[in-house]
Amino acid sequence: MYSRHSLIGSMARHALLLLAVAFAMFPFLWVLSASFNATDGMQMQQLIPPKPTLAHYKDLFTSPQYKFGIWLWNSVKISLITSTFVVALTALAAYSFSRFRFKGRRVGLLGLLLVQMFPQMLAIVALYVLLLTMGDFFPFAGMNTHTGLIMIYLGGAMGFNTWLMKGYFDTIPRSLEESAKVDGATPFQAFVHIILPLVRPILATIFVLTFISVYSDFMIASIVLRTAEQQTIPVGLRVLISDNYGNRWALFAAGAVISALPFLVVFLVAQRSLVSGLTRGGVKE
Amino acid sequence: MRDSFLLRHSAKILGLGILCALAIYAASSLFVAGSYGLAAVPVIAAGIITYIFLSGRRYPIRWLVPGLLFLFVMVLYPIGYTFLGSLTNLGTGHMLPREQAIEQLLGRTYAPPNAERCSYLVFQDAAGSFVFLLQGRNTILVLDGQATAVSLPDERFVDETGDGQPDRILNYRRLETREIVALLPTLQQVRVVYEGVTFGIDSLTEFSVQMPRYSYDKATETMTDLETGTAYTAVQGIYTSVKGEEIYPGYRVWVGFANYVRLITNPQISAPFARVFLWTIAFAVLSVALSFALGLGLAMLLNDPHVRMRTLYRVLVIVPYAIPSFVTILVWRGMLNQNFGVINQMLMSLFGSAGRVQWLENPWVAKAACLLVNLWLGYPYMMIVALGALQSIPHELYEASYVDGASRWQQFRKITLPMLLMPLAPLLIGSFAFNFNNFNLIYLLTQGRPAVPNTLTPAGATDILLSYTYRLSFEGQRGNQLGLACAVSVMIFLVIATISAINFRMTGTLEELSKNV
Repeated sequence: MYSRHSLIGSMARHALLLLAVAFAMFPFLWVLSASFNATDGMQMQQLIPPKPTLAHYKDLFTSPQYKFGIWLWNSVKISLITSTFVVALTALAAYSFSRFRFKGRRVGLLGLLLVQMFPQMLAIVALYVLLLTMGDFFPFAGMNTHTGLIMIYLGGAMGFNTWLMKGYFDTIPRSLEESAKVDGATPFQAFVHIILPLVRPILATIFVLTFISVYSDFMIASIVLRTAEQQTIPVGLRVLISDNYGNRWALFAAGAVISALPFLVVFLVAQRSLVSGLTRGGVKE
Repeated sequence: MRDSFLLRHSAKILGLGILCALAIYAASSLFVAGSYGLAAVPVIAAGIITYIFLSGRRYPIRWLVPGLLFLFVMVLYPIGYTFLGSLTNLGTGHMLPREQAIEQLLGRTYAPPNAERCSYLVFQDAAGSFVFLLQGRNTILVLDGQATAVSLPDERFVDETGDGQPDRILNYRRLETREIVALLPTLQQVRVVYEGVTFGIDSLTEFSVQMPRYSYDKATETMTDLETGTAYTAVQGIYTSVKGEEIYPGYRVWVGFANYVRLITNPQISAPFARVFLWTIAFAVLSVALSFALGLGLAMLLNDPHVRMRTLYRVLVIVPYAIPSFVTILVWRGMLNQNFGVINQMLMSLFGSAGRVQWLENPWVAKAACLLVNLWLGYPYMMIVALGALQSIPHELYEASYVDGASRWQQFRKITLPMLLMPLAPLLIGSFAFNFNNFNLIYLLTQGRPAVPNTLTPAGATDILLSYTYRLSFEGQRGNQLGLACAVSVMIFLVIATISAINFRMTGTLEELSKNV
């Protein structure tokens, strides 16, 4: 299909690609530059800051007016706890679906798939009322608590992840656990000591996918978390900038850059196992 | 071995014991609060879990319990609640069950015109509890909820300033007027019963005798205002007088399909709803089409072995994929700002004042802006999957068609596109479903705005169904209409279920999966 290009054809191709690169990179570079610009607002911003400064980054964490440090901590904390629990819950469920044959197994698996079709966000009203009611009896898990929010996320993470993990478990030969059983291990011991170390890539995959989706969630977090001290980055960042583009743009830009970092770190660290996890979880031996 | 067996079992019994204790606590507090139906839930759940863990036959289910617990509470129950909620008038002023609303109304009091009044002092300790000293015909001390008459001087009172009024009683400190003002909403809840007469705060400076405001007649279901003598009867979950006056709070009642009927027949609701519905579909279809077109175009350029520096280009154009979308959407919102945004500044330097585009203010331009930003967010994914699919198309097909004299365009139309669409169709449908509910993009970029005039519900020009639901639920100017929002949710669910059914049918996923389970 592809032949050698004439000079004009080659130049046209590079021009198109450069255009695409400009489109892709511009918002990224623009916000990076804004965060180092000495001016606060948008109007005076230049792509190459004449007097680069780190003042906005400093403000973000030191000025008592902004709770950015708290939001960042909340976001990272909630995402880490949720991802850890999701991995644990789905690993247990997927192992059972993969290894045991029991009544209701088929119905359970297909049921998970069907439930997954109904995005949890659609039930936002019900979740709101549920947390209001729960807070009356268990104040630690009601409105404006991280526990309540994490519990909502845990419910929503079961379906797809269980399927993905079960597919991976199916590729691990059963003979491994059987030999462990001969040595006197309980099924749970075999699961923890033999199987879990073998399925690390899929555990990492689920962890990262959950981390990314929880870290980026705005809708549910904005309903549950009402006070600035409890809020996460997406909710807080939106309040920070809401119509203050004139005078808080640089501050917001610094916040935006930092907000992207945990996401990038997780993404890069896990990229390798992510790919192999996704590809192996999908196929059956 | 035997020791660890014993240890494991006692740990299990202990865990189950704690679970049952928690369930009984939850059930009893629900029961006391009057939610008899809900009170059964924790008991039944704990019973099932205990059975699963003690019965050897249910061993495999044990592994599922932790996950299923959250699935039931946080997904299945809310789904059921949404369906049922769409059949009620749930919303601002209609949140409570009927018994609780009546109870609240019966707790209200009023001060009759010739009521006995007295001045008061408030004291508070470090833990925040209050002590009152009412000074009328008698001096009454209210300590730990007990009202007793005191005769002065009393050795518990300490007058530090010498103004004749105590500044401290035991370890309670007297509050100043401005502190009372700040605490007034809390203080107004306080009722003092002395010799069978109820007192409550009537104004900033006075307590007065309080009489129950309402009386309720169970037989006729009438609420009577004892102050004015007006009778209120229940109409659609709210006590309403003949003249149409309503007393809040109301309560939730079944309204049947009234919410759905309103969505379709009430022109002030149905017109914006129809617009939102159409835009949701247009937005999802166009988002997928545009990002697929750009992604495919770039993939073809980057798949061409004669283009130099392909790897570098590939890394650079994938950038939008590696930044969380909520960040970039907010950044785009800034860049599209009409007055200060960089895009308008560049346009204005090129075209003068004609370049001052109302990106987020004009209904049609705002729609275009949503698509533009979503294109930016969406094409890297499409490019990645298209690159993979392009590489799997066998070269022989192109060589054979070249021999037959096919043009480039014909090759693209007859070979590339069909060969790509086959493996990518499920991904495109998935992407459609994702964008159908792409709340973050719409809400963070435009909040659904600009507003559409003449509507009863908060519907904007760029609102999609999900952001519409959100605004109905939490941003209603005339109260939040949660029941109506649930009805919209159910309709979204029907659309998604249809799409998924088509997807499953087309790809045979379900058959394949059910064979594999």
